[in-house]
Amino acid sequence: MADLVSHPDEVKVVSKRFGKGATDLDRYLELDGYKAVQKALGMQPEAIVNLVKDSGLRGRGGAGFNTGMKWSFVPKQSAKPKYILCNGDESEPGTCKDRLIFEHDPHAVIEGVVIAGIATGSHTGYIYIRGEYRYLLEIMQKAIKDAYARGFLGKNIFGSGYDFEVYWHGGAGAYEVGEESALMESLEGKRGIPRIRPPFPAVVGLWGGPTVINNAETLASVPHILLGGAEWFSKLGPPKNGGTRLFCLSGHLNRPGVYELPMGYNLKKMIYEVGGGIPNGRALKAVVPGGSSCPILTAAEIDVSMDFDSMMKAGTMLGSGGVVVADDTTCMVKFALRIMKFYQHESCGWCIPCREGTDWLKKTLTRFHSGGGVKKDIDNIQYLAENMLGRTFCPLGDAAAMPTISIVKKFRKEFEDHLEGRPCPFEKAGTIEPVEMMA
Amino acid sequence: MADVNITVDGKKVTAPAGTLLIEACKSVGIEVPSFCYYPNLSLQGACRMCLVKVEKMPKLQTACTTVISEGMAVTTESDEIRQARKSMVELLLGNHPLDCPVCDAGGECELQDMTFSYGAAESKYIDAKNHKEEQQWSPVVFFDRPRCILCYRCVRVCGEGMDVWALGVQNRGVSSIIAPNQGDHLECEECGMCIDICPVGALTSGAYRYKTRPWEMKHVGTTCTHCADGCKTTLGVRRSDTGMEIVRGDNRDKSGINGDFLCIKGRYAFDFAHHEERLTQPLIRKNGRLTPSTWEEAFKLIGKRFVEVRDKDGGQAIGVFGSNRTTNEENYLLQKFARVVLQTNNIDHHRTADFPALAAALAGKPEATASMRDVFNAPATLLIGNDPTEQHPLLAWQIRNNVRLHRARLYVINSLPIKLRRQAASFVQIPERSEGKVAEFLAGEDAAVEAIAGAGTGRDAWIALRDKLRAEPNLIIIFGSELRGKDIASVVKFASGIPGAKIVCLSDYANSRGAADMGLYPDLLPGYQRVSDAGKFQEEWGTMPQTPGLALPEMVESAKAGQLKVFYVVGANPIEQFGIDPFVFSSSFVVVQDMFLTETALIADVVLPAANAYEKSGTFTNTCGDLQLVKQAGDVTGTKSDFEMIVRIAGVMGFDIRRLVPFGRGTGMDMGQSRGVQSGEADRHGVWLEASGLELKMNPFDSMAILDEIQRLVPGYDVSRMSILTGNDQHTTLSGSGPGALHDPELIVPSQDSLFSSGTLGRYSRTLNSVIENRQKHPAEAEVAAD
Repeated sequence: MADLVSHPDEVKVVSKRFGKGATDLDRYLELDGYKAVQKALGMQPEAIVNLVKDSGLRGRGGAGFNTGMKWSFVPKQSAKPKYILCNGDESEPGTCKDRLIFEHDPHAVIEGVVIAGIATGSHTGYIYIRGEYRYLLEIMQKAIKDAYARGFLGKNIFGSGYDFEVYWHGGAGAYEVGEESALMESLEGKRGIPRIRPPFPAVVGLWGGPTVINNAETLASVPHILLGGAEWFSKLGPPKNGGTRLFCLSGHLNRPGVYELPMGYNLKKMIYEVGGGIPNGRALKAVVPGGSSCPILTAAEIDVSMDFDSMMKAGTMLGSGGVVVADDTTCMVKFALRIMKFYQHESCGWCIPCREGTDWLKKTLTRFHSGGGVKKDIDNIQYLAENMLGRTFCPLGDAAAMPTISIVKKFRKEFEDHLEGRPCPFEKAGTIEPVEMMA
Repeated sequence: MADVNITVDGKKVTAPAGTLLIEACKSVGIEVPSFCYYPNLSLQGACRMCLVKVEKMPKLQTACTTVISEGMAVTTESDEIRQARKSMVELLLGNHPLDCPVCDAGGECELQDMTFSYGAAESKYIDAKNHKEEQQWSPVVFFDRPRCILCYRCVRVCGEGMDVWALGVQNRGVSSIIAPNQGDHLECEECGMCIDICPVGALTSGAYRYKTRPWEMKHVGTTCTHCADGCKTTLGVRRSDTGMEIVRGDNRDKSGINGDFLCIKGRYAFDFAHHEERLTQPLIRKNGRLTPSTWEEAFKLIGKRFVEVRDKDGGQAIGVFGSNRTTNEENYLLQKFARVVLQTNNIDHHRTADFPALAAALAGKPEATASMRDVFNAPATLLIGNDPTEQHPLLAWQIRNNVRLHRARLYVINSLPIKLRRQAASFVQIPERSEGKVAEFLAGEDAAVEAIAGAGTGRDAWIALRDKLRAEPNLIIIFGSELRGKDIASVVKFASGIPGAKIVCLSDYANSRGAADMGLYPDLLPGYQRVSDAGKFQEEWGTMPQTPGLALPEMVESAKAGQLKVFYVVGANPIEQFGIDPFVFSSSFVVVQDMFLTETALIADVVLPAANAYEKSGTFTNTCGDLQLVKQAGDVTGTKSDFEMIVRIAGVMGFDIRRLVPFGRGTGMDMGQSRGVQSGEADRHGVWLEASGLELKMNPFDSMAILDEIQRLVPGYDVSRMSILTGNDQHTTLSGSGPGALHDPELIVPSQDSLFSSGTLGRYSRTLNSVIENRQKHPAEAEVAAD
């Protein structure tokens, strides 16, 4: 269990019940729990969809698609059952927000799933939790069981005549399954590989039925929107970027942790004020602004607003809210290698550029970092990454390529410093990992 | 469906709505490269080779997964696209072993071709390649893992195409690997489709690997000699010390009736031809022992004895037994030789289906039989009896994929839970040997339902099923040898009530249908014409007996009584096949033409070493009635074709050969022999000759010389010769084939072959005997859940 942190700038919406014992259903009810879903039961489905649309809530998984819009794509009539899927396969390096929601406020997720169901005419929801989050499964299992016991789930919820079933599902440990169509494959019991789109999940999704798939934080925000209203929520952030965001601050910081800040919060302020700045008086070198898939920013580029649109303008992404800070003792070659080791390990292997590209990047970076690099490697690393970008089956290849390209472009000098058999300038002699010649 | 207009590289393309972009491009001759896309298999989008630029889309799109839409503007060639494809090839070559100099696929490898096209000639990588050991999955399937590019074609053709589901993917990322269903080996139908469809040399054939280079072979497209389905197969041949050796069988030529399909027999079981027990010298019994002799001595002896018996005891003292695996020309010649030269109607063959009954029932009903191609396109199919997965692998493929790709409805009625029930909209299991009752019931005999109504399917359900079938226009009705005689008439009666209904009658051997059509019957001439009503045959052939001869059991009785003085067997093994006491023929003069010293050859006085269907030319008719070319591929020194042997025997008997084989009437033409016969050479000449109104009649041993007479005299065979000569199939009709005859249905004896046996040929095929499935009872019945 992670220690909770806080800062005066925080605006607690999704995290308002953190540390207040809301895993207990009675306590949750005291804290306005399950009021939103009862309100939703009295509303027209279109009204709920419009409310969420107007709130400016955008997907918190990383892509930032308008949530209400996504719900509106689900056909009203469907021969096959419709499904609500909560994507809790939080695996993006640097991201640890959904885990706090599951740990401290599991009923908010359940409530969000049920409201999404009412809004789209679905009667079944699945909460998919990352395989490595075993300890959270127990919390979620208990929450679902308790909700069933009170008649909040199952047949005739809250005596409304509306039926809604919720199931939990634990992953088997695959980053790729965080991709929505791969998650559906996994849930159906198949290999976690992405599907060809179109058709999109809203039309043909889980078991072939229309499916809404939302991130856990997105769904946990929904009850608050129902109770607080669209206008209140949207005004928490800049235009078109409604609400707050759980930012996961990690790396070389004095006060790392998860903070709920309004959308559009300044990144520099986030690092130096909220996160308490860099320890031991060292200087900032680079920041990963939204999980390891995002192009990184240099120390000179951090005076930006943390919302989807501003980050796009800055040439990077808001992503999943995972802010990773690196100080001037960090070797950027090793940084790139660490990121690539992750993607090479997590590539599902379905398409050529991702499967082969991540492996060759990892091999090259490994050798390069341990002093075996040659000059053309630097161009090759960039060439490989650029040739993966935009050409893979799913965004995992892009996620591996984007940070790599930005690191080579922005820190080329550090690569050159590794050349000609020189040891890594950032490590003491003898501490470098040996080159792995075979995968 | 409505047509959609798009532009590809500035060309206007119109294609039906729903067409994939890659196919729309292909339709105007623009080839978009791909590894994982394969027509009629599910879409993958995995290899990223088919990336193209679609206007208004920011990223390059995969042409294999993009469905065309009105006004779409597409670019398939640009620097960006070339670079994308080049980088894919570079990535694939990164871990590829590049052992092209020794790889079986070298020279016919799609990865080589792509590298050639996109010029990924320089390696970007200096780190070690990932390596995995090669695996042997079965005697016929090897998997060289590092060569695999993970296009998943093998996985899909095995699962979706074959409904076997024996291959899958293990691990993930760069460790992803194709794996067989038994962990370290395969248990499947051993069709080898995975090998054929592999774009590289990852999956290789146990029968062929490391034997030769593709360009050292000649490739001959011919018709398979095993079951009655008539798949087109490409044989790779190479000169050897004993003639021409067949080193490979595969399905390079997808233009045949089998499309992509070939089973274990068609792909590997050509090896009987090079078995060391193959006869290569005539044998004459001297002092009780079969002793090698010369052809001259053998022919003289046969001619002398045949003439003696014919002139002294008459034709009725001679029995002739023909083959299901000789060509139409040979079968036609054999019965003509029997009737005209030997003056006997005592001729028979191993019957595996009641074609005469079908011909009789179909009299006056044109277009009532279905071709193998029709089976793939029928909106609905009814299968009564038989197990096509075991006995008619191509037919099973056609039915299965028609259901999968065209959403056809399949109705299966069988006494066993055959594998095809998995594709069936309706499967009814009936008591053993009650197929005839089904036929009666379908034809309207409601009382027959009592014999077939059971726990699952009661009287009302049967009536509902019949009503449903009656409402299936263009229904194809397929039945096995369980239905004979009057039951076939019942099926035809039922079919005649359904508009557009067509029929397929299943026989067992490569040319069973041809043997029947060519009149290897004691009472029927070619085209099921009664011998008592020889008509135009008699006009052309002259004197011949008018009364029906002896069927095989009667010949045996006659031999027992010491009356059958000559027994002439061409390409058959009746002693073993029918369990005949070999001493029955101890006082007869027995002549056997065969490849091996079979049980029948062992009792012969003269054994002539015969060429098989892979070593001669002619035509075969498959069970549906599709006529196809058989082309010489292999050659074993010391053997002769049955055609030549029959002609030579007639010659030594003093018969005018021109009366037997109308040769030499056409133009003398260089058939390519003077330049060394290249595969296809004779065809091109054939096409030219045909187009010029000339005939291919070179010499009396040229089987084509008699094809003209067959086409002229046998009803239903008057099909486009040009089409046949160019390697296409032509459907012959049974309609109007004369009155036929109702035979004793007991004379029909199914071959009992499985997917892994093939009569005498199968006994001498090491490959068929090597696979473990051959030792299991019903290998195809192993249940594997579909995805």
